[in-house]
Amino acid sequence: MSGTALDPRTAPTFPMAAKTMMGDTQLRKNVRHATDVIQAKRARVVDEMPDWQELRESGKQIRQHTMEHLDFYLEEFESNCTKAGGVVHWAKDAEEARRIIVALVKAAGATEVIKIKSMTTEEIQLNSALEAAGIHPYETDLAELIIQLGHDQPSHIVVPALHKNRQQIREIFQREMNLPELGETPQDLADAARQFLREKFLRVTTGVSGANFLIAETGGVCIVESEGNGRMCLTLPETLITVAGIDKVVPRFEDLEVLLQLLPRSATGERMNPYNSIWTGVNPPDGPREFHVVLMDNARTEILGDAEGRQTLNCIRCGACQNACPVYRQTGGHAYGSVYAGPIGAILTPQLQEMHHAQSLPYASSLCGACYEVCPVKINIPEVLIHLRNKVVKQNGMLNAEALAMRAMGMIFRSESRFRAAQRMGRMAEAPLVRKDGRGEGWIGWLPGLLGGWTQVRDLQAMPEETFREWWEKRESKEVASGN
Amino acid sequence: MFITCYNDTLFPATGKAVVRVLERLGHTVEFPAGQTCCGQMHWNTGYQAEALPLLTRFVEQFRGAEAVVVPSSSCVAMMRDHYPKMAEEIGDVKLKAEVAELLPKVFEFSEFLTKRLGLEDVGAYYPHRVTYHASCHGLRNLGLGDGPQRLLRAVRGIDLVEIAGLEQCCGFGGTFAVKNAEVSSAMLAEKTNAILNTKAEACTACDNSCLMHIHGALHRQRTGIQTVHLAEILAGE
Ligand code: SF4
Repeated sequence: MSGTALDPRTAPTFPMAAKTMMGDTQLRKNVRHATDVIQAKRARVVDEMPDWQELRESGKQIRQHTMEHLDFYLEEFESNCTKAGGVVHWAKDAEEARRIIVALVKAAGATEVIKIKSMTTEEIQLNSALEAAGIHPYETDLAELIIQLGHDQPSHIVVPALHKNRQQIREIFQREMNLPELGETPQDLADAARQFLREKFLRVTTGVSGANFLIAETGGVCIVESEGNGRMCLTLPETLITVAGIDKVVPRFEDLEVLLQLLPRSATGERMNPYNSIWTGVNPPDGPREFHVVLMDNARTEILGDAEGRQTLNCIRCGACQNACPVYRQTGGHAYGSVYAGPIGAILTPQLQEMHHAQSLPYASSLCGACYEVCPVKINIPEVLIHLRNKVVKQNGMLNAEALAMRAMGMIFRSESRFRAAQRMGRMAEAPLVRKDGRGEGWIGWLPGLLGGWTQVRDLQAMPEETFREWWEKRESKEVASGN
Repeated sequence: MFITCYNDTLFPATGKAVVRVLERLGHTVEFPAGQTCCGQMHWNTGYQAEALPLLTRFVEQFRGAEAVVVPSSSCVAMMRDHYPKMAEEIGDVKLKAEVAELLPKVFEFSEFLTKRLGLEDVGAYYPHRVTYHASCHGLRNLGLGDGPQRLLRAVRGIDLVEIAGLEQCCGFGGTFAVKNAEVSSAMLAEKTNAILNTKAEACTACDNSCLMHIHGALHRQRTGIQTVHLAEILAGE
């Protein structure tokens, strides 16, 4: 993967990108291994919870309620955060969010920022905007650092460098940190990163973060993480700028009781995150002296307006659906052409693009339901996928080959006689393609056009001589004849 | 019985097996001739408008049935998960009521035996080494649990072997298999490897759609492993 940012507006379609990614055997091995490990850890800590299903339901209720009253809770957050000394900014889209952040960094007189892992900053491609303005961003999360140093792109929302194995990470560090002798144990790699980052923590005076939750009742912001680098970014700088989608708000402090049980168990298979930071505005003797929150819409109100797509906004970005997804398992995250990959990406990305781009993503699923089963806030992802497919079909009109075939099939199924005729015609149409195998069964090894995808790796058994209904009718008439 | 469009056309043996099992258990089977398709392909591919009339058709054909038995979990999942919403969309109050009344009487075949009739042993004989593939819709949408395996374990002569990665999708997914042929094939390869590892002679399931996809690859690879719908095993004597 090159350094080009993942951008749904220019990305190839999913089947094309998937084909490319699947050619990378090492990547597929890494993804399979990593998702297997995280899934097993998740299963262990979820299975030990007797009330997991109730917790999921509460999580869903909290998120649903918030979305129904989002305007109210956002204003409550704004007023409480302001009271506590924070400054709240509103951004209608990515462009405006970038502009505000760049201006804030410049106003602080900084030419460097330290960053906490944040998918929202990836969504708006903040790093390239900062660089264009002459500001150097340093990623401090280990995985994000690997991505940044490797001129790569995140492939997972919780574990952005999931597609890399330890050997590959070591090579990146050796090259970019100029450490030719670096060993390959996890300890070696962590030590190298620590060395590399420590100096930045002490030098750089401006921090940029995302948020896991914004607490309306207190005006506080919550971030959970595993490494402690986030805690450094939140406490050491003089100026802290947080950017968050407006969907990140929760009503009460108490709601974290539910969400902070669901999130770590689903995300990393931990009972609790090693670092849970909650800060509220500024506190003069301690931490940043200036605190800004940029609340960004970027198509979220649009999504909110769609009754069936709305549940997408309930997402707490745990990544469990990505780990469970058999499609993601084969392709990895980059194939989705967006920082949001896997099932959540398949529903979120096209909606963030207001359905103008990424139209192949709702089809990047076999609808197996594994994502819905693990989602800690019970987002019915297959249902949203189908809803979005319907939107795509409506956009594309009824004049393409697929739509015409679908319409014809619809006509056939609406009439018994047409259905019978189609069954007979099917047998006639396939006849030239059928070959007998060793057992004397008829099989088709090649199909034309759109259907050719089937016969790439599979044969298709020829249609039987008699349909069920033909057999049934014969049987019935025999019974009548014999007086039964 | 609602056989479903693809079983009617491509897998008549499954329909015959359902009839055989149910009649052997003393039930009367009827086959409303006007039945066609549940609408799943259209609905799941995004052609909602084409699916709606098929709901009305289904209700017309099956109203008044004591139970509707369907040898396809994905079609039953389609009906259970989406028919109420579709009826809502059509906006016909009477239809909505009829759907609400009819749906609890619709059963996937194995579910009808285990949940409605409370049976495990249906008096079958099938002297082969078999592995069971849990289709996603049966497993997750219908919650079949180990019902199908309990039915299989009660079959005389059977050697039932468990497959690794039972809960992993085989990659069929309807039009997904064609639209995302590469990914579907890779998912299928994992599944066929798992099947080969069981050394089974046959792979069974409650869905011929998954089996058609799996069998297609097993046949292409000349493995000699057959696929057979659960009903056909239970019909064995
Ligand atoms: S959709 Fe659900 S499972 Fe997927 S990331 Fe969001 S909260 Fe987690």
